[in-house]
Order: sequence, then structure tokens, then C-alpha cells
Amino acid sequence: MTVTTHPVVATAPTPPTAFWRLQGFPLIPALILLFIAFVAVFADVLAPYDPQIGSLARRFRPPAWQEGGSLAHLLGTDHVGRDVLSRLIFGARVSMIVGITAVLVAGGIGTLLGIVSGYLGGWADQVIMRLTDTWLALPALTFAIFLAAIVGPSELNIILILGLVYWTRYARVIRGEVLSLKQREFVRLAIVAGCSKRVIMWRHILPNVINSAVVLATLMLGVVIVTEASLSFLGVGVPPPKPAWGLMMADGKKGLMVGYWWLTVLPGICIMLMVLSANLLGDWLRVKLDPQLRQL
Amino acid sequence: MSSEPLLSLENLSAHYVSQQGSRVVRAVDEVTLSLSAGGTLGIVGESGSGKSTLALTILRLLPPAARIVSGRMMFEGENLLDKSDTEMRHVRGKRIAMILQDPMASLNPLFSIGNQVGEPVRVHEGASRANAWKRAVGLLKAVRIASPETRVTQFPHEMSGGMRQRIVGAIGISCEPRLLIADEPTTSLDLTIQAQYLNLLRDLQREHGLALIFITHNLGIVAKMCDQLAVMYAGRVVEQGPVSQIFSAPVHPYTKALLGSIPRMTDNRDHLTAIEGQPPDLASLPPGCAFAPRCAMAFARCRVEAPPEFAVDEGRTARCWLAAPDAEAKATMMRSSVA
Repeated sequence: MTVTTHPVVATAPTPPTAFWRLQGFPLIPALILLFIAFVAVFADVLAPYDPQIGSLARRFRPPAWQEGGSLAHLLGTDHVGRDVLSRLIFGARVSMIVGITAVLVAGGIGTLLGIVSGYLGGWADQVIMRLTDTWLALPALTFAIFLAAIVGPSELNIILILGLVYWTRYARVIRGEVLSLKQREFVRLAIVAGCSKRVIMWRHILPNVINSAVVLATLMLGVVIVTEASLSFLGVGVPPPKPAWGLMMADGKKGLMVGYWWLTVLPGICIMLMVLSANLLGDWLRVKLDPQLRQL
Repeated sequence: MSSEPLLSLENLSAHYVSQQGSRVVRAVDEVTLSLSAGGTLGIVGESGSGKSTLALTILRLLPPAARIVSGRMMFEGENLLDKSDTEMRHVRGKRIAMILQDPMASLNPLFSIGNQVGEPVRVHEGASRANAWKRAVGLLKAVRIASPETRVTQFPHEMSGGMRQRIVGAIGISCEPRLLIADEPTTSLDLTIQAQYLNLLRDLQREHGLALIFITHNLGIVAKMCDQLAVMYAGRVVEQGPVSQIFSAPVHPYTKALLGSIPRMTDNRDHLTAIEGQPPDLASLPPGCAFAPRCAMAFARCRVEAPPEFAVDEGRTARCWLAAPDAEAKATMMRSSVA
């Protein structure tokens, strides 16, 4: 008789499915975002021209496939003769940097306040939630313009402004999560084991709300990018001559009536693709990471 | 037995007060109990009798609406009620540990076992990550988990229920507490695992000289685990004393009824003994003995005046007029029948 001594019976590990093969994974949006990120990172190498220097002799060239276009400027040139393709490529960098960092700033503020509010409760909760309510009562874009007018437009300021405008959604959602988390048995065990509130919030609560924060971040990315473009369009965003997509649309809008469509439509398409992709990816993540919606 | 008990509660009351102050729920009322070092005290009672609130009171972890209104809690010669919140935090987990009702959910799904078992050591003794990890391995060995070196690196979802429970036990004893409070730690386990776990707890108690407070509604567990027993009803301890004595000769009618409701093989199969009536609403207790409305032996005085704790024997008390010294009891019965 063979006696097998296997005190530890581990469940046979099933090889994890690669996440891009999972059901419903938005492959095309993910590829688009990846492509934009790639372009943003390697903008210096990819862009055929300097995005900020043009030549008035070559202004308002149409895209290559249109009459009068040339392969030298694939997507044409703008009102001061700058290459539109190069500007779009560098614009991707601005959108990516501003979008991601602003989402991180908003997420950081919102998550922190949400955890403190939800876990401590009492007056801290009251103060933070009333602040959130007040904040939500302000129209986001107007508020952003107001702040930009005060501090003046610069890339860093735009990031901080967007972070300050959009933290409320995080605070609300995270607080809700924390309220249910703090009733969980493992949090009660940590209390009984003598952990301080700080330790519990940091070690037991925060890691458990990261999922929701990530989902929110992807969904917020689109909103933040659109707001950045709007601010730039309105002239209180990224200061010219830096190439930002919103700014390019603003610059080109006068040409729209006289047929210089590429100056507005192309950056518009870029914004739309990026926001749409971020939203589709965010929706998928939400379903995958939200225990209530997850199909097992 | 040492003369000085490890933990002694004197006239401890904890009440919930509604916001307007109109409703007062006496969740723990005038509880006097003591537990010597290394001893085991069982606390039994129906749901809502204040057992769990009593445990939370000892750790001073009552919800904000509840307040400890009177009494003293002496633990190792110090009154726990005099301690600041920070001092109290260093009592919890270090000197008094607790195992919660649902140990299955007591582990954080996102951290490895080693991380969680070592956490109290890091929090209370400032141990380094590496030292805490080593302690965790030793603790898993102590709760008889096979191959602890691999187990510490695993996560809660990789463990069976019984194993998770033993890990919670390991967390409980990680800082070598003097007192371990187990609040119905086996209700979520199946019977064979229950027995194993109880044996483990008893061994741990013996090896580490732990005192144990065992909160349960299972009298079988009390018989197996405990040497002292306190029966709670409506926030009060109605009878307490050595388990063997209470089991062989219960004094309080409620204790009798509880013991009588344990099903036996010899019982009539068509009938289960139950205690008639419902536990009282703690917010509006009857003026006399809280058990009187359900008590078969209640007499007039029971309904107007709550009985104090009478000494029944050496180290044994009961809150029942029937336990009153004979002469007085007869006299009162006479008086009340006249009235």
C-alpha cells in the first residue's frame, strides 16, 4: 500500500487567461489608447516637423490626398504653416500627460478624503461630504475657467485645476465603499487586534478600494481630456504655441467656413477617439472589477 | 488559584441611549464577574442577552451610541475604564485578544497569511517585517498548520474554512495575550472541524497559560471547555458558578430551562423542549425580574422587584428570589401573598 503524505492539498492552479482574451475585452479601444500613448512617448522621433515652427509660405496646405496637397505635409498645414501631423503627434503628448496626471491628482485627493470621511465618520464625514456637495453644485467647466483665470494658464496649473475640479466623484464613490468595508469582519478584527485608525485606513481599507479608484480613473480620463480640450479651446488651457488638440481646434475654427476643415476636424477626431476608447475600456473594467456586476 | 483574579468586572453596566435620550437599552446591566489567570469562563444566553456587548465592553469597543455607565473593570490590577484610548489600543490584541463571530471573513483577502498573522506583532511590539514573518511561521506551527513556511506566503482564498479559523486563532495569540475572548468562534464551522478547533483552543490555553472567555449559546461546548459559567438573560448575569455545579444543580429557572432544552437521544422524538415566550424587549423591561413573564415558578414578588445576586454556594450566585436564604424567601412569599 502506498501512503501518500500530502498535508497540503493545493487546488490545481488553472493557467490564468491572458486579459486581452477575456470575454468582452475592448481590443480596438485598447489598441487605440496604446497607439496614442506610443505616439506621445516617441513624439520627437515620429513627428516630421517641429510642431511650433511654421513657414508662412506654406500656410493652409490641405492634406496630401486633396488637390493642392503634397506628401511633404500629410495632413496639411495651419494658418502659420505649421505641420498639422506633427502638431497632432505632440498634442497627443499634452493630452496624455495632462489627462493622466490630472486623473491621478483628482484620484489622490478624492480617495484620501473618501476614506477619511467614510472611515472616521462623525464630524469629519459631515465636513467632507458638505464640501463635496458644495463642490458638485458648481458647474465643472465654469469653475475650471474661473480657477484658470485666477492662477493663469500653464500645463501644471491645468493639471491642478482639473484635479481640484474632479475629485468629488472619487470622494463620493470611495466613501460609499468604505462604509461597507468597515463593517467587514477583517476590519473589525484589525480593530480588536489594536491597530490604530491610521493603520486600518492605510493597510486594510485603501488596498480594498483601489479597484474602484482605478475604474473611476479610466472613466474620468475621458471627462478630463474633454475638459482640458475645452479649456484650451477657450484659451484658458494649455498656452500657445504648445500643440494641444483643443487649442488646435480653436485656432482652426475661423478657417472652417472657408474650407480649411482639416484644422478642426482632425484634432476633433483625435479627441473623440481617445475619449471614446478610454470610456469603453473603463466600462469593461468596471464590469470586470465590480463584484456586483462580475459574471463568474 | 491565585487570590487576585486576572479580570474582574464589578457592577458593570453598559447602556445604549437613543439620540433623544428617551429610550435606554440596558444591554449589560450590573454585571459582576471574575476570571482567574488561566481559567475558562463560559458566557451563555439567548441572542440579544448581551453576551457580545459584554465582550465589546471589556475591550471598550462599544458603538458610539452605547456608553459604559457604571462599574469597574479590573484587569491585571488596572482599571480598564481609566485608560486613555491610546493605552486601550495597546491592551487590545496585546493583552486581551479576541476571536470574532465569523472568523471565515476575518481575514483581509488582499494580504498574505504571514502578513496578517504578523500584523499585531508589528503594531504592538514594533517588530520588523522579517521578524514578524518569522513569528508568523512559528504561530502557524503552534496552531498546527502543516508546512507553515509555504502557508504564510498564501492568501486567505487558498485556505479551507477550518484552516482560516486556526489562522485567526494564531492572530489572537500572536502577542501572547493574557486573556482571549472567543465570541461564538465555531458557529460557522461544521461539527468535526468544531471539535478540532475546540481541542486546539484548549491546548493553546494550556500551553500559553491563557485565560479564556467563551461566548456561546451551545451548552455542550461549555461543558467541554469551561470551568466557570455565567448565564446571561436580558443583559444581566442570572446565575454563575462552576460549570459542574450549575449543570448538576441549576438554581435559576432560566438555567434549568436552558439545560432542559438540550435535545437528548432518550427524549420523545415528537417534541422539543423550548422555553415558552419571547426574550423581553431590553428597552422596556418589566419592573421585576426580567425572566418572570416566562418563568413557571414566578410569584408575586418576582413581578415587582428585581432580585439581587444571592450567594448560593461557595463561588456561586443566582439572581432569583428562589435562591434567597430560606427564611427570608419564605417571609417574602408570605408578605407578597398577603399583599
